[in-house]
Amino acid sequence: MLGKGVVGGGGGTKTPKPSFVSYVRPEEIHTNEKEVTEKEVTLHLLPGEQLLCEASAVLKYVQEESCQRGVCGRLVCTDFKIAFLGDDEPALDNAETQFKNKIIGENDITLHCVDQIFGVFDEKKKSLFGQLKKYPEKLIIHCKDLRVFHFCLRYTKEEEVKRIVSGIIHHTQAPKLLKRLFLFSYAAAAQSIIATSPKDHTVMFDTLKDWCWELERTKGNVKYKAVSVNEGYRICERLPAYFVVPTPLPEEDVRRFQGHGIPIWCWSCHNGSALLKMSALPKEQDDVILQIHKSFLDGIYKIIHRPPYEIVKTEDLSSNFLSLQEIQTAYSKFKQLFLIDNSTEFWDTDIKWFSLLESSSWLDIIRRCLKKAIEITECLEAQNVNVLLLEENASDLCCLISSLVQVMMDAHCRTKTGFQSLIQKEWVMGGHCFLDRCNHLRQSDKEEVPVFLLFLDCVWQLVHQFPPAFEFTETYLTVLSDSLYIPIFSTFFFNSPHQKDTNMHRRQLSLPLTQPKSSPKRGFFREETDHLIKNLLGKRISKLINSSDELQDNFREFYDNWHSKPTDYHGLLLPHIEGPEIKVWAQRYLRWIPEAQILGGGRVATMSKLIEMMEEVQSLQEKIDERHHSQQRLQAEAPCLLRNSARLSSLFPFALLQRHSSKPILPTSGWKALGDEEDLAKREDEFVDLGDV
Amino acid sequence: MVGVSSMASASAPKCNSHTSENEPVKSTSQDGVNCDLNETVPRLPGETLITDKEVIYICPFNGPIKGRVYITNYRLYLRSLETDSTLIFDVPLGVISRIEKMGGATSRGENSYGLDITCKDMRNLRFALKQEGHSRRDMFEILTRYAFPLAHSLPLFAFLNEEKFNVDGWMVYNPVEEYRRQGLPNHQWRITFINKCYELCETYPALLVVPYRASDDDLRRVAAFRSRNRIPVLSWIHPENKMVIVRCSQPLVGMSGKRNKDDEKYLDVIRETNRQLSKLTIYDARPSVNAVANKATGGGYESDDAYHNAELFFLDIHNIHVMRESLKKVKDIVYPNVEESHWLSSLESTHWLEHIKLVLTGAIQVADKVSSGKSSVLVHCSDGWDRTAQLTSLAMLMLDSFYRSIEGFEILVQKEWISFGHKFASRIGHGDKNHADADRSPIFLQFVDCVWQMSKQFPTAFEFNERFLITILDHLYSCRFGTFLLNCESAREKQKVTERTVSLWSLINSNKEKFKNPFYTKEINRVLYPVASMRHLELWVNYYIRWNPRIKQQQPNAVEQRYMELLALRDDYIKRLEELQLANSSKVSSASTSPSSPSQMMPHVQTHF
Repeated sequence: MLGKGVVGGGGGTKTPKPSFVSYVRPEEIHTNEKEVTEKEVTLHLLPGEQLLCEASAVLKYVQEESCQRGVCGRLVCTDFKIAFLGDDEPALDNAETQFKNKIIGENDITLHCVDQIFGVFDEKKKSLFGQLKKYPEKLIIHCKDLRVFHFCLRYTKEEEVKRIVSGIIHHTQAPKLLKRLFLFSYAAAAQSIIATSPKDHTVMFDTLKDWCWELERTKGNVKYKAVSVNEGYRICERLPAYFVVPTPLPEEDVRRFQGHGIPIWCWSCHNGSALLKMSALPKEQDDVILQIHKSFLDGIYKIIHRPPYEIVKTEDLSSNFLSLQEIQTAYSKFKQLFLIDNSTEFWDTDIKWFSLLESSSWLDIIRRCLKKAIEITECLEAQNVNVLLLEENASDLCCLISSLVQVMMDAHCRTKTGFQSLIQKEWVMGGHCFLDRCNHLRQSDKEEVPVFLLFLDCVWQLVHQFPPAFEFTETYLTVLSDSLYIPIFSTFFFNSPHQKDTNMHRRQLSLPLTQPKSSPKRGFFREETDHLIKNLLGKRISKLINSSDELQDNFREFYDNWHSKPTDYHGLLLPHIEGPEIKVWAQRYLRWIPEAQILGGGRVATMSKLIEMMEEVQSLQEKIDERHHSQQRLQAEAPCLLRNSARLSSLFPFALLQRHSSKPILPTSGWKALGDEEDLAKREDEFVDLGDV
Repeated sequence: MVGVSSMASASAPKCNSHTSENEPVKSTSQDGVNCDLNETVPRLPGETLITDKEVIYICPFNGPIKGRVYITNYRLYLRSLETDSTLIFDVPLGVISRIEKMGGATSRGENSYGLDITCKDMRNLRFALKQEGHSRRDMFEILTRYAFPLAHSLPLFAFLNEEKFNVDGWMVYNPVEEYRRQGLPNHQWRITFINKCYELCETYPALLVVPYRASDDDLRRVAAFRSRNRIPVLSWIHPENKMVIVRCSQPLVGMSGKRNKDDEKYLDVIRETNRQLSKLTIYDARPSVNAVANKATGGGYESDDAYHNAELFFLDIHNIHVMRESLKKVKDIVYPNVEESHWLSSLESTHWLEHIKLVLTGAIQVADKVSSGKSSVLVHCSDGWDRTAQLTSLAMLMLDSFYRSIEGFEILVQKEWISFGHKFASRIGHGDKNHADADRSPIFLQFVDCVWQMSKQFPTAFEFNERFLITILDHLYSCRFGTFLLNCESAREKQKVTERTVSLWSLINSNKEKFKNPFYTKEINRVLYPVASMRHLELWVNYYIRWNPRIKQQQPNAVEQRYMELLALRDDYIKRLEELQLANSSKVSSASTSPSSPSQMMPHVQTHF
């Protein structure tokens, strides 16, 4: 379907230049000719998945070197995904199938992953929504994972065009009911498969026991208690059934304002100071009610200000910090930088790249989040005060900042299960409105704010700066970010635990990658890639540790002081936040852009060397063990699977199949004006007149 | 990167990143430095202490620090006198580009009277001195004298250096051997000694490779038509398709559009060396406007009418002045403070990475033409010693994996840069006080930056590590070695540089382990094409911002360290396995009296290698 099919050629193929052959090994050309046979590619459907509409004779454009070509096939739309089935799909070789995503194929787009749809009418690109009067000759789909698809409908029968285009628009853009989510049909159909609860150490925080366990782990149980006042969501639907509050807090206080105005425990630091959060009391005009609010809050503050509690510092995240609006605007500008239609666009924007990046403010927002998290860390760690995060619903920036602080301060959160438990605790139980924030139901674009993605990007900065401090790698984060749009895992498809519990009858599949190895169908990748996802660098992380002895009240000093010391990867972690240190999460954002691929390079090259070495060390260790335990002779060990790093692209394991040729990619755009250096530019290197010889 | 890690793990001396060797001074003994810890200053053989003074070092990061400065004929060395700071820095005088007095007799403010020293390696040093006792005047005079010896008829330190190494770096590059490695001479290309005494071209090496079919007389006639007689000669030949990279200077076309039949014929001969029917590709590194403008001073480019069988492309790379200004702007945004809120747009406004992108793009085009077998390539700019050297050497690095090894890279630098007359003395200004000289330009630094960008994109393709590149750059300025001194081979021969100085490669090759990239995987015949997109180009923080203690890139170190641990573990296991096997087999042989010997078992263990 890609690269290899070139010679067979689809409709849109430009005649390759005569030199092209030199980039394709002869054997590749031969296999291709054999490959182009009449072969009906069957649509792979998940349990419960239904085909809704389809169109044949659709051309999918594939960017290749500097020209585009078309692959002919069928475009289908199911209640789960849009899929393109190429007619002359070449068989993937072994190495390639090994790394194939098992749920979402290369040409599959889940309905929730569709961001925007454009139609091309007489060379003009127009956004498509609602009822169409005229149908486009070309369909462009921008995905939330930043893939861009171009489908040409010029050779498709008119009624099929109508059916597929309106079908796709309807199923991806029209508001939906919660119960129409594919999640439910899948759960119903796949019951037998998911029935056995996998052995999974992620703490779900849906029982009192889980919270007690967490209190014990962080030694917060001295001053805080887990409560079950909200069991069955009696008090409020916004809060989880179980949560933790300061021990002396009377339970009726929780009831008073449906959990508003109550300090809820997030995490305890080794020195006893705690991170708390509180949702604001409802806004009121009435002076009498305001007076009641005030005395209620006074009472609350009295409880948590009295010893044994530390001094409380309140961080109001609703004012003086980021607004959701800012995040939304920044991200919509930022993602545009990666939704690139063609090579020309890539190179045209390349010269202005840094200023474009800056003007999106996305990296600056990341920096501000990291900075805020460092400030709070300083309060907890160095000043030994409690920090109370305040936000209207305590379910957006509260989730972000509190989980970021925990990743930085608590090494447990840097393991895979620890991280998943953290997401479960702060985001899922914390009532982050995934459904609205991801706009899964297409009900309000205004509510769509990538807060969780911002969190993942902040964590990525930490992973990038301190890889050995994490059990997982960036690939894990990227896969996690993708799973936001896959309605098989229930984790990111509800606004609150209450909503989930009332809609799901049995325990659903939760985060990906927590499946037991024995069920190959469900993991995203096979074990092979699992190595890449699980960081091999992370040693066993045992305890939370390391207090710095200095007590400083100044952020800068705290920051500089920490950075002047050697890093303890199992202890406190403070990200660098200087300009050059905040980077673009290339694996997530650049992975689908062919121009940005480094063939045989990138960090994956060192990672695969590491893995090879790991395997070798492991096999040697086994040999030694065997020698110790038995006298029997060893058979010659089969050499470990050597990855040919020259063939892996820098975007492995994502865009593995995108480019097969090793032809260099050349910038096509020119030079930008030098401005005030123009006169210098005109000068000669050396002022020597060569004379007219 | 290893250097930074060793600093990070040292017991946190506040400003230790100031050592020029990028490592704690203690370990310099490995570099051949006589370092008696009881002595106050490390000293190289041949180095003499001139003076020492008590000063206040005005550290831009940690404020004023009291210290004692020692000046030798090679370095400026500072030791902190304060107990809580073990600040040391060690700056070779060659790094100094400018010394200024700050404050006058009437200056009142604290620490306002002293010296401000501008360095060529992206930093400034500021000292406050006491006003009484002429200490500033003394220090200024001594520093000026030894930092700029040429103005005082003194020799550069490299000529006084008496270091001995167990490897002779001058032996690394032997042109005949290098050309033989490339399979030259062959039926189409011959080695000529026409320039033995530098009569044909003063700035070229003595030994040149030219088309077999061009006679020495032809060469002389072509020389008359090429700027500074720098005729087209072979730099590299593709081992299979026999396409070549040829370098030269611009043709002397001039305003009148002069033609030269010999030059035209010569290019055609080059084209025909591999019996290709395709045209010869000429890459003129300059922007086309500059190439046109050059006609006014007698230069120009190969026109279509005169050169029917050639196709000319301009690569739009700017001149030495533009590059110099660009680097100045980089320094402005990184030293002493890193521009914070508008980092990206400030970085963009320096244009530094844009220049890097254009140089890399040009080199990729050269490499692609040759590797794809489309045509041979001729590269020139104006004189063929700045941009041309960048393009040919980078293209060769992409095409030929040999140059990606430590010695291969040394040979590449020695060949394309040093022997072909990149004007190191003029571009760097070794020992010269004229800091504003318009001839100075960071062309070689830009090349090394491009190499670093490549090594960043292909972390397993290079035998050397980042420290190797930084060490080369440090000694580009230090004047401790003769490697980068003077402008061309003929001048070096006159000064007997190879006899009278030590080569930088002696230092590096006698200490190779320190400069090795553990991830290196030798891949023969693999062409490396970096992606010349701003999306992948980065500012080389570990070089340009290395003096700032707040900016520390530790991440590659950690991965590298873990890999080294694994390597050590593997070696240990292999040893243990061998021992076990030996023990085992001796048991077996004694039990069954079978003739199986340990040596028979050995290949077993070694299957992995």
